[in-house]
Amino acid sequence: MSTRLTRADVERIAALAHLDLTADETALFAKQLAQILEYAERLREVDTAQVSATWHPSAASAALRDDVRRPSLAREDALAGAPDAAPDGLFRVPKVIG
Amino acid sequence: MAAGDWTLTRLRAAVAGGDVSAREVCDGYLRRIAAADGRIHAFTTVLGEAALARAEEVDRRRDAWRDRPLLGVPVTVKDVICTRGVPTTACSRILAGYRPPYDATVVTRLLDAGAVVIGKTNCDEFAMGSSTEHSALGATRNPWAPDRIPGGSSGGAAAAVAARLAPASVASDTGGSIRQPAALCGVVGLKPTYGRVSRYGLLAFASSLDQIGPLTLTVADAAAVLQAIAGADPADATCATEPVPALAGLFPGDARGARIGVPRAALAAGVDPEVLRAFDAALAVLAGRGAAVVDIDLPHMAYAVPVYYLVAPAEASSNLARYDGVRYGLRAAPDGREATLAAMYDRTRDAGFGAEVKRRIMLGTYALSAGYYDAYYVHAQRVRSLIRGDYDQAFADVDAVAMPTTPTPAYRLGEHVDDPLAMYLGDVFTVSANLTGLPAISLPAGFTRAGLPIGFQLTARPFDEATLLRLGDVLEQDAPWSGARPPLAPA
Repeated sequence: MSTRLTRADVERIAALAHLDLTADETALFAKQLAQILEYAERLREVDTAQVSATWHPSAASAALRDDVRRPSLAREDALAGAPDAAPDGLFRVPKVIG
Repeated sequence: MAAGDWTLTRLRAAVAGGDVSAREVCDGYLRRIAAADGRIHAFTTVLGEAALARAEEVDRRRDAWRDRPLLGVPVTVKDVICTRGVPTTACSRILAGYRPPYDATVVTRLLDAGAVVIGKTNCDEFAMGSSTEHSALGATRNPWAPDRIPGGSSGGAAAAVAARLAPASVASDTGGSIRQPAALCGVVGLKPTYGRVSRYGLLAFASSLDQIGPLTLTVADAAAVLQAIAGADPADATCATEPVPALAGLFPGDARGARIGVPRAALAAGVDPEVLRAFDAALAVLAGRGAAVVDIDLPHMAYAVPVYYLVAPAEASSNLARYDGVRYGLRAAPDGREATLAAMYDRTRDAGFGAEVKRRIMLGTYALSAGYYDAYYVHAQRVRSLIRGDYDQAFADVDAVAMPTTPTPAYRLGEHVDDPLAMYLGDVFTVSANLTGLPAISLPAGFTRAGLPIGFQLTARPFDEATLLRLGDVLEQDAPWSGARPPLAPA
């Protein structure tokens, strides 16, 4: 674990997170994320070699139901909040390949 | 006409008994909101005509609905919980104006119980923050001190109850977002056991931590709201099928037989002396009413904040991937650069999310990224097991664990806005309940000399909210400050 974050590190993370950060944001986050990660370094002093991870606080496994067809949202309702819904009932997006 | 100081329990009885109409009650609250919310900014949406129409419906059906547990009770809903046809924005630019096509399960249950939803409350964007300053719609002010934060992320929900603008609020708690603002605004805030209340229709922040619960003026009122919203829901696979006991009227009025554990070592440093004094006074009350107070050890508690600030952002970075300008909310306009789908995603997300949300998405993405996943994310989840183990061990001997809710009273607006780590450290006593899934309550425990509220927190075994309510009621019965009104509460 290293807590030094370069500008390139932040740009790589931003690309993974689909965030088009400004130069100011990149500089700010490089500093702030390094501070937070440095604080998190204290976790390294805990030996967890014999400890399993807790992914979820619930002991019960997720409830399952029968796979039967049920009514769902009407298509016009599902599309009502879309920034660009096509009249034939589709979400319209910019071209996928530039 | 019902006064704003009436509890939910009293309001319900008055409506059911015909002493006051649901419309009159609703109208009274709407008037108080109009008079006071300009200064407090607890609400993001006030449902005027719609709430009055709903109240009239309650009045028309009063005889048939007489037994409904929240009959005619005005309730607010945090703006991260879906309300059909009513703006649900997560206090984010990315969801500005969004109106969900369905109600969250908790909203459906509130309505089934006879409640009147009077508005949506302000919060930190996507519930990420501890001050409500990270709302794209502007900060909420603490009704006890308008230059201070109300806490967060459910600052609007807590401020609304404290200022008598609503007798009850429902909100979400991912790392303290119900309990911390409840403490800083001097009201009761309950985070139920993970899975006790359906999360269907809650805009997900961290799915292994999020839970919905009530904020109210009294413990009995919190019990009434929890009773109405708790229980299995086929729409949420993580919602527990555990039966919900009858919570109303379970208060014997004393704490005899209860064992309360205090992790003294964890309180040794960093806690404001006035907070510590109020904490010890509350323990003395419980001891005086029959509880045994014993010291316990939670050896991994010092790691709760760093674990939380790796796990919660990791889950958030995944959950917030859905906000991409396609299905709902904002889409950034083309800017003359690339007009591809990928460029639209990146620009939309940068334009739509605020700084705190981006910071957490970045942190979580980093903790999950190749080369860092084991060292940060998996390791944190393992330490999380040790934290849960500490509590399991404590609960072999005690029925509840007591801590202050927050290390300090409310700080000033702007004090930590440029120092996210300082804000995170204030969550030291609240995040464990989310990491472990345990139920926890914050109770009013008096005031500092400067008049700022202080919170007292109890944590209990899984699904044992009853113990929290029982002990909370004992504390409340002895509280000389009950009925104290904040300066910003309207007459």
